[in-house]
Amino acid sequence: MSTEQSIGQLTQLLQQQFPKAIEGFHDHRGDETILVDRKEILAICQFLKDDERCKMEMMIDLTAVDYINETPRFEVVYHFKSLSLDHRLRLKARVPEDDCHIDSIHALWMAVDWYERECYDMYGITFTHHPNLKRLLMYDEFEGYPLRKDYPVDKQQPRLELREVHERYDYERS
Amino acid sequence: MGIGTQFQDGFMVTKVDSVINWSRKFSLFSYPFVTACCGMEYMAAACSHYDISRFGAEIPRFSPRQADLLFVVGTITHKMAPVLKRIYDQMPDPKWVVAFGACASSGGFYQNYSVVQGIDRIVPVDTYIAGCPPRPEAVLDAIIELQNRIQDHGPTGLTGINPLQEKEAQRLSSVNPQETKEKLLLSRQ
Repeated sequence: MSTEQSIGQLTQLLQQQFPKAIEGFHDHRGDETILVDRKEILAICQFLKDDERCKMEMMIDLTAVDYINETPRFEVVYHFKSLSLDHRLRLKARVPEDDCHIDSIHALWMAVDWYERECYDMYGITFTHHPNLKRLLMYDEFEGYPLRKDYPVDKQQPRLELREVHERYDYERS
Repeated sequence: MGIGTQFQDGFMVTKVDSVINWSRKFSLFSYPFVTACCGMEYMAAACSHYDISRFGAEIPRFSPRQADLLFVVGTITHKMAPVLKRIYDQMPDPKWVVAFGACASSGGFYQNYSVVQGIDRIVPVDTYIAGCPPRPEAVLDAIIELQNRIQDHGPTGLTGINPLQEKEAQRLSSVNPQETKEKLLLSRQ
């Protein structure tokens, strides 16, 4: 089975199974990307994991992109790999700013736990039904989401009162 | 022919402060607060190639309660800042702080949502080491500078002022730092 054939099969497979949920796809040198409806993300992931022709045992990565000038604004990006069938797939789902949530896939791959928490921490995207959705990297009292494009690039939120550094020690070398 | 035979029946005159500071500067017990890549360079500096024990600073203490020299080695984030402050507070007086490398000194090339722009915003710093990361020679240079300072000024905390006096002056005028400094300078005279 060549790589290109298996990639083609994956596209066709998802189009057959979820004809209404596929919003777009492309294929770059055998690496395939499928844009799907966020409401179907859990069903599609379930299919990708369980189907004999997909067998995505491994959740490689989850992250998000902030396209601040587009609507819907955010895009959650998933990467999956099948160890037994040796193919991989990139899945994307757009998430609007005013209704900023998507279903958690923690029930399928427990490895996604911290990825979803990091994504929530940095972009403010809520993963519904995640068992422990709280900030992963930033501290709890941090306000806002630092990787959003409208977060000021050098805005800081200190936890301690910062000292005034008005003069640094100066002395002559003996 | 040890040093004991050099003086024979003679004697030396010195000040108690001078002797105490002399002994302090050659028995620095460092606490390495290592958070980033500068740590590798700290390890190089602390190993036998550079023989840091020439300066009496070769024994790292992994409890702040047994240390008098705090090496802050690497990037300090706002998340980490309360930990650093607590470690500093746990060290017994007299104590000194070295900012090791660009990140600890000024935030380095990070100016974003997470990184403290220099650890002197959290704790008073005695010596800054430039470099990203610094060469071990720069570390030894900083230790020598710190030793000179200890010899000259004794147990200093901030801008050559005794930390206990500093605390007292801060209590007296917690509002105006300039006023604090003037009071401290007066109290030293």
